[in-house]
Amino acid sequence: MIEVKEIVKQYGDKNVVDNLSMKIMKGKITSFIGPNGAGKSTLLSMISRLIPKTSGEIFIEGKEIGEWDDNELAKTISILKQSNYINIRLTVRELVSFGRFPYSQGKINREDIKYVDKAIEYMQLRSMQHKYLEELSGGQRQRAYIAMVLAQDTEYILLDEPLNNLDMKHSVEIMKILRGLVDKLGKTVIIVIHDINFASWYSDYIVALKNGKIVKNDKTNQIIDEKVLKQIYDLDFRIQDIESNKICAYF
Amino acid sequence: MKKSYLVLILVILSLASIFFGVKEISLSDILQLNEKEVQIVVLSRIPRLVSIIVAGMGMSISGLIMQQISQNKFVSPTTAATVDSAKLGILVSLILFTSSSSFQKMIISFIFAVAGTLLFMQILKKVKFKNTIFIPIVGIMLGNIIDSITTFIAYRFDLVQNISSWLQGDFSMVIKGRYELLYISIPLVFISFLYANKFTVAGMGEDFSANLGLNYDRIVNLGVIIVALISAVVIITVGRIPFLGIIIPNIVKLFHGDNMKETIGYTALLGAVFLLFCDILGRIIIYPYEISISLTVGVIGSFIFLHLLVRRGING
Repeated sequence: MIEVKEIVKQYGDKNVVDNLSMKIMKGKITSFIGPNGAGKSTLLSMISRLIPKTSGEIFIEGKEIGEWDDNELAKTISILKQSNYINIRLTVRELVSFGRFPYSQGKINREDIKYVDKAIEYMQLRSMQHKYLEELSGGQRQRAYIAMVLAQDTEYILLDEPLNNLDMKHSVEIMKILRGLVDKLGKTVIIVIHDINFASWYSDYIVALKNGKIVKNDKTNQIIDEKVLKQIYDLDFRIQDIESNKICAYF
Repeated sequence: MKKSYLVLILVILSLASIFFGVKEISLSDILQLNEKEVQIVVLSRIPRLVSIIVAGMGMSISGLIMQQISQNKFVSPTTAATVDSAKLGILVSLILFTSSSSFQKMIISFIFAVAGTLLFMQILKKVKFKNTIFIPIVGIMLGNIIDSITTFIAYRFDLVQNISSWLQGDFSMVIKGRYELLYISIPLVFISFLYANKFTVAGMGEDFSANLGLNYDRIVNLGVIIVALISAVVIITVGRIPFLGIIIPNIVKLFHGDNMKETIGYTALLGAVFLLFCDILGRIIIYPYEISISLTVGVIGSFIFLHLLVRRGING
């Protein structure tokens, strides 16, 4: 379990994340939603120790994040940032192999190769494993990054706007994959996401943020509610049930 | 191209380099242990060969590391203020300790090279506009500023001629007793091989490194130290060699991508082969005289560099 206690992130004299506490359940998909500047990405980055917190505590498996050894933490929690373009020419397989870095420090052994093969297989990248990342489409590239994180074999997988720049088909594909990671492989997935209907359809829990504070943190169908959403986005919503999932219209 | 071919070419060129020169030397001279010929080989030809190979490998790997940690394929010690800072360091050591040994010069020049490169890396962090061409231009500008400071001080102390002689890359002055400092780069080359994977991870950025549990700052600093030390050593023993740090890694990357574990071996070999080839060429063209290596490398290198730039323009 991840537990966040009274966490603050200050830039200048503005609290981007303002005294926020919450728990994130294992084995579920939790989505962070909210308007721009709500502090979603900042929160995710602090949980994954990419940026330091100003104050407060973050417990991962009961241990404060500052007490974790860098390498051990890299075996427990992984993060993919929204800029899924890195300026480096690697093949898919090379990238996925780097997911084993916390275990092997680059000297890949037989055990590592098994994980790499499994990750490539699971993400259906076998046919393009020797292609360079730059030759792939946006959706394929995103799958390659997720394969790397899979090879990293962490309990927690954090993704910052994984659907950025993807079309509908590939967005659905990625969300189904994330659902599969939780349902089939027992991972815990935490995402920052803008599309409220994707959040509604695929996540178990939603944390709604605004101005660095939590507006509401609850099961998905408690959050997808006209009043709650109006409070978060200052927009009028109409919500309908489709196959026991709630879908919102907002114009 | 396979690594074994490169090794073969390197061996052939090495033999050519030993036996070719103003003083003709044949294999039988060596076998018969003719004193004069053996002396030429031991005192001049072998030191020259070793220094070319070590400098070629060192400068190419320095370029590769710089490109990896700055995430920009046109950054190298000559376009990141490293070499200019090293030169300023030599000047300072000339002023402070008039009769400083090569070793003292190297230490001071190394300190300046580290400082200059770190300054460049700091600027790089601040610059939001990370264009492939823009970043090296920033580096060249910084280098020129440092260079003007060097010239200004050198002018004041009447050392302009003295300092500009360090600039000319030249292997003809390499004889036994004057190049051994270059050996310092050999362990650095080994360390670069050992850390190749970590440099690749660092090349994927700070967030990526953190995700994989790698201490990004530590690896970048290690890279800067290796690059600065190799640059300082090379500039003191043979002088400034242009383009090597840019063209060699870029040619290798065209074929083998950015996985440094894959590319570093090719980069080292190709760097040595290319520099040796240019050196032999410089010795042939106006035989029995010699063209300095910075000229031959400069001419050939600039053509290859232009080709790389144009190619990039066509292929995006």
